[in-house]
Amino acid sequence: MNVNEYSGVMVFAEHNDGLLEKVSLELVGKGREIAKKLDVKLSAVVLGYNSENIADELATYDVDEVIYANSEELKDYRTEPFTQVLCDIINEKKPEVFFVGATYMGRDLAPRIAARLETGLTADCTALDIDEKRNLLMTRPAFGGNLMATIICENNRPQMSTVRPGVFSKAEKKDSETPVTVIEPALKSEDMKTKVIEIVKCAKECVDISEAKVIVACGRGIGCKENIGKAKELADVLGGTLGASRAVVDNKWIDKEFQVGQTGKTVKPNLYVACGISGAIQHMAGMQDSDYIIAINKDKSAPIMKMADLAIVGDLNKVLPEMVKQIKELG
Amino acid sequence: MNIIVCIKQVPDTTEVKIDPVKGTLIRNGVPSIINPDDMNALEEALRIKDNHGAKVTVITMGPPQAENALREALAMGADEAVLITDRAFAGADTLATSRVLAAAVKKFEYDIVFAGRQAIDGDTAQVGPEMAEHLGIPQITYVQKVEVENDGLKVEKALEKGYMVMKTDTPVLLTAIKELNEPRYMSANLIFEAFNKEIQIWDAGKLSLSSDLLGLKGSPTQVRKSVTKELKGKGEVIDMSPKESAEYAVNKLKEKLIV
Amino acid sequence: MDFGLTREQEMIKKMVREFAQNEVKPLAAEIDETEEFPWENVKKMARYGLMGIPFPTKYGGAGGDYLSYILAVEELSKVCATTGVILSAHTSLCCGCIYENGNEDQKMKYLVPLNKGELVGAFALTEPNAGTDASGQQTVAVKDGDEYILNGSKIFITNGATADVFIVFAMTDRSKGVRGITAFIVEKGTKGFSVGKVEEKLGIRASSTAELIFEDCRIPEENLLGAEGKGFGIAMKTLDGGRIGIAAQALGIAEGALEESARYMKERKQFGKPIARNQGMQWMIADMDTKVEAARGLVYKAVWMKANGYRYSMDAARAKLYAAEVAMEITTKAIQIFGGYGYTKEYPVERMFRDAKITEIYEGTSQVQKMVIAAGVLS
Repeated sequence: MNVNEYSGVMVFAEHNDGLLEKVSLELVGKGREIAKKLDVKLSAVVLGYNSENIADELATYDVDEVIYANSEELKDYRTEPFTQVLCDIINEKKPEVFFVGATYMGRDLAPRIAARLETGLTADCTALDIDEKRNLLMTRPAFGGNLMATIICENNRPQMSTVRPGVFSKAEKKDSETPVTVIEPALKSEDMKTKVIEIVKCAKECVDISEAKVIVACGRGIGCKENIGKAKELADVLGGTLGASRAVVDNKWIDKEFQVGQTGKTVKPNLYVACGISGAIQHMAGMQDSDYIIAINKDKSAPIMKMADLAIVGDLNKVLPEMVKQIKELG
Repeated sequence: MNIIVCIKQVPDTTEVKIDPVKGTLIRNGVPSIINPDDMNALEEALRIKDNHGAKVTVITMGPPQAENALREALAMGADEAVLITDRAFAGADTLATSRVLAAAVKKFEYDIVFAGRQAIDGDTAQVGPEMAEHLGIPQITYVQKVEVENDGLKVEKALEKGYMVMKTDTPVLLTAIKELNEPRYMSANLIFEAFNKEIQIWDAGKLSLSSDLLGLKGSPTQVRKSVTKELKGKGEVIDMSPKESAEYAVNKLKEKLIV
Repeated sequence: MDFGLTREQEMIKKMVREFAQNEVKPLAAEIDETEEFPWENVKKMARYGLMGIPFPTKYGGAGGDYLSYILAVEELSKVCATTGVILSAHTSLCCGCIYENGNEDQKMKYLVPLNKGELVGAFALTEPNAGTDASGQQTVAVKDGDEYILNGSKIFITNGATADVFIVFAMTDRSKGVRGITAFIVEKGTKGFSVGKVEEKLGIRASSTAELIFEDCRIPEENLLGAEGKGFGIAMKTLDGGRIGIAAQALGIAEGALEESARYMKERKQFGKPIARNQGMQWMIADMDTKVEAARGLVYKAVWMKANGYRYSMDAARAKLYAAEVAMEITTKAIQIFGGYGYTKEYPVERMFRDAKITEIYEGTSQVQKMVIAAGVLS
């Protein structure tokens, strides 16, 4: 491939249940920043069936072009039809940079596209920039989160990155109208080797802790399932939600929706209170960019105590109720 | 049925610590394990073998010591093992790695290729889907349940909130997550057989791949630089009575307008 | 002299350690409290081929070597001495006895399911009046046609209330004294065979320790093990092997207590620093560690002697004598290190302390071991 033939920044805009995913808007925001540095156009792509409203909403944000591919085969996410349509669009438009959200969908789709196009893909980027040679600099955590590696893809296009939700800020809306190009890709259902039989949503109210502004998280040091109630009380008075380390989830003391960390969620709340969490690097990778971190632990030398803004050496069973009491007294 | 399971031997990153003086990772003495998601893939393959009959072949691309991981897989019940090793593979990114693994898989008759969703050292979750692309077969990732039916597989694919029930033909590539199953231990009798089995060793030549598709040369992505993450600036450490600690903390929260 | 483990032995050790951590350790305190036999875990051990490690696959065993089996007893005992002795009594005393002395039919009928863990085994020698003096057997077996009729009782039988297959020793010819003792295989549920009192004990509390009662219990002559009059020799030889298992149990208990102590010393702070920084504590842990290693040396040497076909009675005696002593000392010191906390049930060391004592008593008291050693030295 000739690197020089490629120009522009393109974002894959994921949507579910009739709503644009937050991460897609974050990528549009970052995409605009990168496009400015490269002095190129920013486009966004939506795939779906009768989802023009999604494309229209995307068009109200600061993007230069919105492409909407409409087909019944694109109604629910499946790897093959999505990969085919996006590869066709990429081969036609030749963007030099292509961003995908690091969601379940994105992590299934992006590598398939990268392999089909024989190009480089960097997953879970936490920072994106441009170097003097117009290469995309993709920075991501490695080795459980304590090495930050900056990756480049010099000779292949597009340079692909996936980014987790909550890493970048949302795009700005703009006043002017963006043109929406609608295409109807020809997809044959016989070519699609997988079929979706049904989609089952969470039975109970699904928590998305990555949106929370305050998280009170429990680690193994919480001791038992019952003590989580103390953390919940603090979360409640602060208007926040619970979180958990992998150990607590594996013990089945709490659902996996609450898991923070490498194989859980990445969060960036205003306040993160880590109760009885030692601070394994996999956990810290998921919350280290929180604005203010309080850690409560009996062990002063636990890793999390070194990275917390406020490290309280003490028994969480006593400190948590005290904090709840005092906050309530504030009225 | 023929199932190929792809495993990776990784350092147990939960045991990796940072040298407080040098700020570098201490990798010495960190035990090597079979990547956890791969264990779920292997376990599911073994369950299918137990319930429906199947031949389970385990493959890995790695340095010579990855042989130990294969022996453990045999001791869990895998039938055969192949070690794919060659200096030429060094420096491979996920695309180059997936090419090698796909080339190896192509040498077998297979119905299912099973891999773990992601490795705890690389954490990309890319190799599985990229392999599926090279093999030209469908993929289902984040698999939390598999049922073998007469005309294919019924698979539950996890979503952020809930899951999707899918039907697929074979051959297919599946990537496993920890919710799929509880992996079994090695069995004593299989441990004593494991070292008697011959593990095939394949190098680049055996896979007939052009050298510019391998290793660093065959990798579109390269590491420009790698930096140990700077720990946040030192915070405050307090060691007081619960009441005093709580007071201090609540005052901080007041300052930050969180309460 | 190679002090290393083979790859298979490393793998068995790894597997049993993981099993012990994930399955056995979480239940150890609870079963000590409830005295409930850990059936779930015994079934899992059977599933993973752990109930017949050192026996050939032809007899349902795992086809492993003797050291691998001993390593398994050791690893289990580190977290739960009860589970360790369940395995040791079953494997060394029952399976081992049939393997060494049984005919093909008996091996196929009993050894195969025992090795697969489908059946649990026990060894019944001890009687109310025949402990250290095992020769004073009062249980009798009288031949009647093609059957033997057993009358008498046994006490303190490990796996007594939970086993399916028992090696029972009885007097067939009192006039011949020790040479009149014969070994039999008795199945649970045989008419006239019942389980009596189940003992409540100081330690290894979830291990079933029971009285067996024989009242005109008829067993087929095919169940005679070995030959008439050979029973005492069979018992002594079997106990020699069992001794190594108990030595491994004691070693495991000591190691478990040592590990817990070292971890605690690093966490517990007094006077502003971890107690591990105190030289007195460091010297204590150094002594404990050295003794554990010395015990390990004796245990593995006994294993080596047996596995390589040498006479090993003295080595087994030394190993059990010393390892039991070390288990007592290390567990006592462990409680000391934990201080007040060690005396409570919140921490495992008080259980390890209680568990350790039995290793100085069963399968030959420490005094018996000294008799064996002295006899060897002075011969």
